[in-house]
Amino acid sequence: MTGTLLSIDGLTKAYPGVIANDDVSFDIREGEVHALLGENGAGKSTLVKMIYGLVKPDEGHMRLNGSPYAPAAPHAARASGVAMVFQHFSLFEALDVAENIALGMESPPPMRDLAKRIREVSELYGLPLDPTRTVGELSAGERQRVEIIRCLLQEPRLLIMDEPTSVLTPQEVEILFETLRKLRDEGVAILYISHKLEEIRALCDHATILRLGKKVATCTPSETTARELAEMMVGSTLQSPESAPHAAGDVVLELDRLSVASPSQFGTSLRDLSLELRMGEVLGIGGVAGNGQDELLAALSGEIRSAKGALRLKGRDIGPLGPIARRRMGLLSAPEERLGHAAAPDMSLTENAMLTGAQREGLVRHGLLQWGKARSFAEAIIERFDVRTPGAGTVARALSGGNLQKFVIGREVMQRPEVLIVNQPTWGVDASAAAAIRQALLDLASQGAAVLVISQDLDELMEISDRFGALNEGRLSEIRPARGLSVEEVGLMMGGAHGMEVAHV
Amino acid sequence: MLKLEKRPQPSQLWIYLTPLIAVLATMAAGSVLFAFLGKDPVVAIRTIFWDPLFSEFAFYYRPQLLVKGAPLVLIAIGLSLGFRAGIWNIGAEGQYIIGALTGAGVGLAFYPLDAWFVFPLMVIAGALGGWAWAMIPALLKVRFGTNEILVSLMLVYVAEQLLASMSLGLMKNPEGRGFPGSRNLQHYESAHNAELITGTGMHWGVVAAFIAVITAYVLLNRHILGYHIRLTGQAPRAARFAGVVPARLVLFCLGTAGALAGLAGMFEVAGPAGQVSIDFNVGYGFTAIIVAFLGRLHPVGILLAGALLALTYIGGEIAQSQLGLPAAAIQLFQGMLLFFLLAIDVMTNYRLAWQRREVA
Amino acid sequence: MDFGSISPVLLLASLMVAATPLLLAATGELVVERSGVLNLGVEGMMITGAICGFATAVNTGSPLLGMAAAAGGGAALSLLFALLTQFALANQVASGLSLTLFGLGLSALMGQGYQGIKPPPFPELHIPILSDLPFVGGVLFSHDPMVYLGLLICAAIWAMLKYSRAGLILRAVGENHDAAHALGYNVVLIRICAIMFGGACAGLGGAYISLIRVPQWTEGMTAGIGWIALALVVFASWKPERVLLGAYLFGGVTVIQLNLQAAGVAIPVEYLAMSPYLITILVLVIMSADRSRAPGSLGRPFHASS
Repeated sequence: MTGTLLSIDGLTKAYPGVIANDDVSFDIREGEVHALLGENGAGKSTLVKMIYGLVKPDEGHMRLNGSPYAPAAPHAARASGVAMVFQHFSLFEALDVAENIALGMESPPPMRDLAKRIREVSELYGLPLDPTRTVGELSAGERQRVEIIRCLLQEPRLLIMDEPTSVLTPQEVEILFETLRKLRDEGVAILYISHKLEEIRALCDHATILRLGKKVATCTPSETTARELAEMMVGSTLQSPESAPHAAGDVVLELDRLSVASPSQFGTSLRDLSLELRMGEVLGIGGVAGNGQDELLAALSGEIRSAKGALRLKGRDIGPLGPIARRRMGLLSAPEERLGHAAAPDMSLTENAMLTGAQREGLVRHGLLQWGKARSFAEAIIERFDVRTPGAGTVARALSGGNLQKFVIGREVMQRPEVLIVNQPTWGVDASAAAAIRQALLDLASQGAAVLVISQDLDELMEISDRFGALNEGRLSEIRPARGLSVEEVGLMMGGAHGMEVAHV
Repeated sequence: MLKLEKRPQPSQLWIYLTPLIAVLATMAAGSVLFAFLGKDPVVAIRTIFWDPLFSEFAFYYRPQLLVKGAPLVLIAIGLSLGFRAGIWNIGAEGQYIIGALTGAGVGLAFYPLDAWFVFPLMVIAGALGGWAWAMIPALLKVRFGTNEILVSLMLVYVAEQLLASMSLGLMKNPEGRGFPGSRNLQHYESAHNAELITGTGMHWGVVAAFIAVITAYVLLNRHILGYHIRLTGQAPRAARFAGVVPARLVLFCLGTAGALAGLAGMFEVAGPAGQVSIDFNVGYGFTAIIVAFLGRLHPVGILLAGALLALTYIGGEIAQSQLGLPAAAIQLFQGMLLFFLLAIDVMTNYRLAWQRREVA
Repeated sequence: MDFGSISPVLLLASLMVAATPLLLAATGELVVERSGVLNLGVEGMMITGAICGFATAVNTGSPLLGMAAAAGGGAALSLLFALLTQFALANQVASGLSLTLFGLGLSALMGQGYQGIKPPPFPELHIPILSDLPFVGGVLFSHDPMVYLGLLICAAIWAMLKYSRAGLILRAVGENHDAAHALGYNVVLIRICAIMFGGACAGLGGAYISLIRVPQWTEGMTAGIGWIALALVVFASWKPERVLLGAYLFGGVTVIQLNLQAAGVAIPVEYLAMSPYLITILVLVIMSADRSRAPGSLGRPFHASS
């Protein structure tokens, strides 16, 4: 470990209505893994976008290796030896691996040489990858490899990784960590963004913690407990959701070898899913992104119809029924994507309350809309779920992620579902909103409803589920009681390392 | 540096301001154009926008406002439903022609029978004709996923050829001394879409246009179907989640637009135009696209926009005869209107913001 | 009926001529769509190119200058579309339509006084030896230079998309503009260039009709060829080599249809004249089964919000 590689001094960036970064300063040294820790909305993404040249700071400056560093664009950052792996990959599904990598390089060699170098580098770092495959066909873990190798080919001095493990199984995380440690030993500095505390404690040498755009602390994660880290991140002690004791009741929803084809080209089709969902229980479905979660939600909500007999609600075959009919029968759902799927971005909350509430809340009579009733319904959701908004007339996209998510979940919960299906209920949501949503789901179950939670956040599933299963390439693992499952067992249920070779490093 | 910044909420002010500014900008640009053509811009603008309403001969022109406005509004109301849902029927011109052909066809078939039911039957036939013509792109889209923009447009050219074929062949007036074109329906009382109040220009097509405006208003604001149409246009995935069946919406929107365009064609052929002829269609189907957008796809807006565009047609004709302004200049003028509207519309969802020079 | 009057050499040769405006316009639109932009204004840009080229050629006496003016006119009009869609973030479908309506009006206005005039003839290219070959010489090697320019542009676009870095970047922007932006590519600038290239090609295609194929000026003379070019891009699954195939197929249909009209077949003229449009619909139906190859960002507006 030697000197300082990147020194950040007083960076400030304001957007209309929010200060994303407020006078942030810290140093990253050569050969260290430096964690950037913070809640959603704490300003982590804005900060790394400034380092990577995608966003220009309003104030403050950076120094790289002692000389001033102000990248005007990502290619300038790359030329200075700064590389970045994005959380939502910057990949092109219709192009192949080599083309994707070439696009991220300043002066790529001819394609044939590039393919050879991809093979070499990927072998060297224990991340095998075939340069001729189309990216759309790769798993989430493999896609991340494409991004990492794209960075490594440029021999970076600073590698930025934005939430890299959110798409990996525990086994895959281990492989990634091996690679990152090897890079660190070669002197590469890694800026590691995450909100997963245990990972940071296992991997990182130093941590900078952001809250509401400000740096609130620096620490050495291995010497700090996860609880201390969490309190620094959130700024207060958090209440764990409480589950009132309840017994699982009768089976309400039954999947019998459910198979549906994915409607999108690079989607994952569901194959032979069987499970029984009981009243009063929370069933958690884990799995890495892109293993059929969206398809499962769509098949259950009714957006995708399924074959006769594959899907039964309270004994009735609902496979051929659409979302409206299923809602009438008490099966409600909340998809992952808030803007554009669960809610229409440019419509008001009143109009969005109409979106799923039309039938069960009696907001439509003889085809005519009862806007007054819809407004009261929206206001009731806002009130009960503490949605921070000027009023029911606000358009959905003006709400923060957490507030809109509370509205979306609240809209379904308030309709007294008998079965509720949610996908990624707390994705991109701040900690207090996440806690409120989890509590609402648990309360619903304790009142006798059946709740199916699809999520990629294993901690969340372990916290609220009674039983747990995992989706892997469109298939469902065995369903087991959640209590007492070890991380290794959960990882194996999710498909282990997905046949990806383990790093030989 | 000037930058666009997304507004947290669409601006209510700009929603109303945009069409007004667009009209003013078009008048300004039009003045430059007219000056360039060697006409006095003030006189030209006055001739187009003022004279038809308030000049000495306005009594003659004012009824024309209803005559020209009715088909534009009828067609634009239909188009606006689809446009709101992201279903792009741009072949209204073809549906208009077919509606005229089927409507006139029924009338001509009954000639010279004098009966009260001839005209109502023609109305039904006109609507059905336009509807059927629009169902071709609709069914192809639903069944095969074929692009409705291209299919509906191709069918305009096909309809024009059919029109030519009909006015030269099947529907040609047997007593027309060999001239192309059908019998004049104005001279066949049972089929004539006559003025309801003499001297006003008010005919059944105008009545239909007003009914369409009111119905569309109720549909879009108070009915679940209208809500689903808006939802589909704004967030197609959310619409499917809400339970909308996209195929049904395609059939409804295209079908309604076709039926209304067909009605417009039928009222035109049985009234103001009088006969099926090769040059029967004058581009109302395309101008209605401008009307729909200028009216912000809102029924009341469309009513106003239809009146304005009708004014440019009438004023354009006056300017043509009095100032020698080429007809194409008016066409260009209408095209510019849509341009300015689309350009200024950005202000509804974005605002201009001065951004500080970045710090090095 | 007199089928004997149809000579195979002339038929094939005129097929190449009939296909050229389509080939030019469709190749240009292909580049635009590959960059993720749907410009429905091809018809308007073609007709504007047709009159720009015609007027310039008549006034200067040089058909080549006419062609250059046509490309310039088409590109200038497409710049309006670029401003609307890339800066004002207007809906691409509506903007394209407005471009067509505007172009039709503009061309009609510009064309006042050019009706009934003959433009200066385009120099026939006589390639020694090749042009004199029996049959092949007549079919392939006795055309005006624009026929070969069209083929050349199509081939160049094919090579660019397949082998060059510029082509890779263009495809990347069209597939996923957010990712391209994240990697630091200037999405808006690349798209503006593509749109203007498309405009220039459409202009050339239009001028080919008014200066060579017809050759004279009448209002609305492109008669939907711009729309057929749009359909051709779908038919071609966004591949230049298939645009070539499609253009020659449509050229063939047009030529046969015209020849049948001339030969006085029992089918009424109007029904023959419908056939290219009906065939376009048919082709669209057949091809629409395969939507997978459309560029991922096609028609979606892009705004770098962060």
